[in-house]
Amino acid sequence: MNRVVITGLGIYSCIGRNLDEVKDSLYHGRSGIGFMKERKDLGFRSALSGILEKPNLKGILDRRLRVGLAEQGEYAYLSTLEALKNARIDNDYLQNHEAGIIFGNDSSSAAVIESTDIVREKKDTMLLGSGYIFQAMNSTVSMNLSVIFKLRGVNFTVSAACASGSHAIGLGYVFIKNGMQDMVVCGGAQEVNPFSMGSFDALSAFSVRESDPQKASRPFDKNRDGLVPSGGAATVILESYESAVKRGAPILGEVIGYGFSSNGEHISQSNIDGLHRAMQMSLKDANLKPEDIGYINAHATSTIHGDISEAIAIADVFGHHRPPVSSTKSMTGHECWMAGASEIVYSTLMMQNSFIAPNINFGEPDEYSEKLNIVKQTANQDFNVFLSNSFGFGGTNSSIIVKKIL
Amino acid sequence: MNKEEIINKINVFLVEEFELEADQLKPEALLKSDLGIDSLDFVDIIVIIERTFGFKVKGEEMANVKTLQDFYDYVITRVNANA
Repeated sequence: MNRVVITGLGIYSCIGRNLDEVKDSLYHGRSGIGFMKERKDLGFRSALSGILEKPNLKGILDRRLRVGLAEQGEYAYLSTLEALKNARIDNDYLQNHEAGIIFGNDSSSAAVIESTDIVREKKDTMLLGSGYIFQAMNSTVSMNLSVIFKLRGVNFTVSAACASGSHAIGLGYVFIKNGMQDMVVCGGAQEVNPFSMGSFDALSAFSVRESDPQKASRPFDKNRDGLVPSGGAATVILESYESAVKRGAPILGEVIGYGFSSNGEHISQSNIDGLHRAMQMSLKDANLKPEDIGYINAHATSTIHGDISEAIAIADVFGHHRPPVSSTKSMTGHECWMAGASEIVYSTLMMQNSFIAPNINFGEPDEYSEKLNIVKQTANQDFNVFLSNSFGFGGTNSSIIVKKIL
Repeated sequence: MNKEEIINKINVFLVEEFELEADQLKPEALLKSDLGIDSLDFVDIIVIIERTFGFKVKGEEMANVKTLQDFYDYVITRVNANA
């Protein structure tokens, strides 16, 4: 079995457009949440969202490579560009080696809706142009990035709701561990246009604390009232240890455990047993005991039911060891399909830079979160191993464990 | 719309939308091999023509359009036919 290491990271999120900006935001507990008037005008119950700057790729990517990129694909292009650069991977390398891509993405609403509107209005599909088909499919991110970066290995998208990005990394890890690939560009991407969030808003799952957007996402806090949708993209370059050493690549961490489960129960509500089993499976895969985990990046989205289930499951698995826990969604909002990948980026940045980002807006625990060691203020401390949880609709669960190479 | 206006509008969208350089736009230039316009680009050209000149291109009509001059001539003919 091969060891699997992280040799590159990239991020484009509402708390920063690159690793340096994001590291700074994490350290200072800075929120990226704001109010999007456009959503209110469209009749949204909540107009809160992560606020992202739209990239302008004209002059960076040629037209043919741009037209198939949906919004989240543009974010993913930038995060992947950054990750490849800091992994010291250039075009020559990619043309001469079989690097794969597995990205998490579970919608591309704007392209689907806009193209359908054109067909309805014009009644002529020839007036759609060439871009929508490549933007509208769930595999839009992996299909476009594989062409742009000339990737020649495994190539597909993971659609697993809000655990998509985490499973993408888990599967990349499995492919490399088994010797089927030497390098896989993994990640997750999430659109933030209003079309992507209308049906989710309909579930009344979003916070309506619109008078104070940056206080709205408050995972584990007794007074939370729902999640804040967000998005962007994150890229994690996974590589076999042997390949990384041979290239002289920077090794930012080692993926040592992947656990997953399905609740087999409710479509939108998590259960304790499923979360428990995913975490236990990742610990078993990593050959670790609960006390070996130095930090847990919780999935906790700031919904009452989800946070409670996770708090109970973490308390069950980790008992009296009580490792530090925070949900970076308190700053970023819920980055949905991207979250499982971005939270590996956030946690690895923390591990590299010896701090734990705070679970901001955690004012008062409830009876379940009070049993956890939730980090309220930035903690300047080393840790060597972290576990990152991601859970999604349909009861899909994923836990990833990463350790520092000492 | 006279010929010059039509040619000018075509050149403008080739530069602005397709990011070609103005000095590439020679009448004898082959659309595919000289200007790099591929089959997917033709799909986008249909949309731009409808928006710019107000008529719908049928795919088969473009089959004999090889050079930029062919393209100018095709659009001029269609615009005048609709006039």
